Amino acid sequence: MERIIFYILAGIIIAFAIASVSSRKMLRSVIYLLFVLCSIAGVYFLIDYNFLAAIQLTIYAGGIIVLIIFSVLLVHHIEMRLEIAKPSKQIVTGLICLLGLGVFLFTLYSHDFQVIENTATTKVADIGTKLLSYEEGGFILPFEVISVLLLAAMIGAIVIAKGNKLSENNKTA
Amino acid sequence: MILLSITENIHNWLFSVMPAGVASIVEMVLIAIVYLTVFAVAGLFLVLLERRVAAWFQLRIGPNRVGFQGLLQTMADAIKLLTKELTGTDRADKFLYNLAPYFVIISALMALAVIPFSKDFHAFDINIGLFFLIAISSIGVIGILLGGWSSNNKFAIIGAMRSGVQTISYELSVGLSLLTMVVITGTLQLSEIIEIQKSGWLIVQGHIPAIIAFMVFMISGTAETNRAPFDMVEAESELGAGFHTEYSGMKFAYFFLAEFINMFIIAAIAATVFFGGWLSPFGITESIPELGVFWFLIKTMVLVFLMMWFRWTFPRLRVDQLLTLEWKYLLPINLVNIVLMAVLVWLNLTIRW
Repeated sequence: MERIIFYILAGIIIAFAIASVSSRKMLRSVIYLLFVLCSIAGVYFLIDYNFLAAIQLTIYAGGIIVLIIFSVLLVHHIEMRLEIAKPSKQIVTGLICLLGLGVFLFTLYSHDFQVIENTATTKVADIGTKLLSYEEGGFILPFEVISVLLLAAMIGAIVIAKGNKLSENNKTA
Repeated sequence: MILLSITENIHNWLFSVMPAGVASIVEMVLIAIVYLTVFAVAGLFLVLLERRVAAWFQLRIGPNRVGFQGLLQTMADAIKLLTKELTGTDRADKFLYNLAPYFVIISALMALAVIPFSKDFHAFDINIGLFFLIAISSIGVIGILLGGWSSNNKFAIIGAMRSGVQTISYELSVGLSLLTMVVITGTLQLSEIIEIQKSGWLIVQGHIPAIIAFMVFMISGTAETNRAPFDMVEAESELGAGFHTEYSGMKFAYFFLAEFINMFIIAAIAATVFFGGWLSPFGITESIPELGVFWFLIKTMVLVFLMMWFRWTFPRLRVDQLLTLEWKYLLPINLVNIVLMAVLVWLNLTIRW
């Protein structure tokens, strides 16, 4: 049963990933990408990692895709088509993709995976404790680094959005 | 435990007459059918309720001719919508145009699955329930954006953009106000959240910050369902019908139903998180668990009525007022509120009995 669902999800992911890069309508590509991301969330649900699945839905489907749709809505007209790249470019891109796929497959098949029976669902409380634990195996350092990064991004966004206004206010003050 | 015994009997019977794999698929289909029915019935009933409440506020009578007190009015409307022609604009992106209503509908249905109607009437008791609800509600807006863009209509796209801005901003407040309550419960699982409320509803347990969180949740919830006074999306005096201007017949009805179901979901979340879900007040009917659905629906309907009250009382906000309300008032209030709640829980100042 789970195997069947996995293959269905994998099929959806691959089909929509190809559709996403080959579609000539920009917003359709974005929607195909959304389907890919949602199916990945489905895979996470399948392996009982609900938290990551919900994160995938919130961040990628709800956040990034909406952001992309917004930018498409602002710049793109409904009748526009994306132009087809030159054959030479297509071949180079195809080769690079195959190379990447090769590296992935090689790593996957050369790594010795340990199969764990009886997987338990990760509790949110455990994730929270791990994130803030400074003992061995804790994630406090990356957590803090990311929060600093986000703060920097926010300040940057404000500076860009305010633009001239900010420096003018400083001069008068 | 009538409900439980029915579902258990069906479960046992299914597994006795067919192999386990088939039986579980059949079971899933049955649950899906039950939820689709709930979806349709609740949607139609809420539309009727809205019209009656609106009439009451405007000193009219409202629909009362079709069936007893107009109970079949929305059913007739639905049949009318089913028979209507499905129109569309020239040069619209047909694929996305047809896809958009399903985004809205599916996200509403998925959210409905996590809501505990009673102790046993709970399809998907996931351990991240509340977070899952927030995640799902962020997908519905994609349907609105797509519908607005792919109908190739200026009014529709303006409506869609407004909706996007509004939903993304207010999602923050919905999430943060629910997070405030999670500080008390310490769990995201909805069944456990209700279990905790056996020693007092959370709005009592958390008193001041809980009441603030409840108010923020209701305001931002109303905004997220795009209802008046936050219905910039379909401001009829400016935008025609907003993002669904070009939709007709059943596709329009999907958007329309989803709006009402979303209102129901917001009210249901509020009832579950703040007012004890299917728990009876002071445990008066604790010995009769069948009444759980009844109490849940009563609480939800009171909150739905509150949202309708908003709709027919307040005038519509401007876009800048809308965003000011969210970013300059609700968000800071929320952030302070979380800290307040954390202090409350830390010092053990919650009220329990």
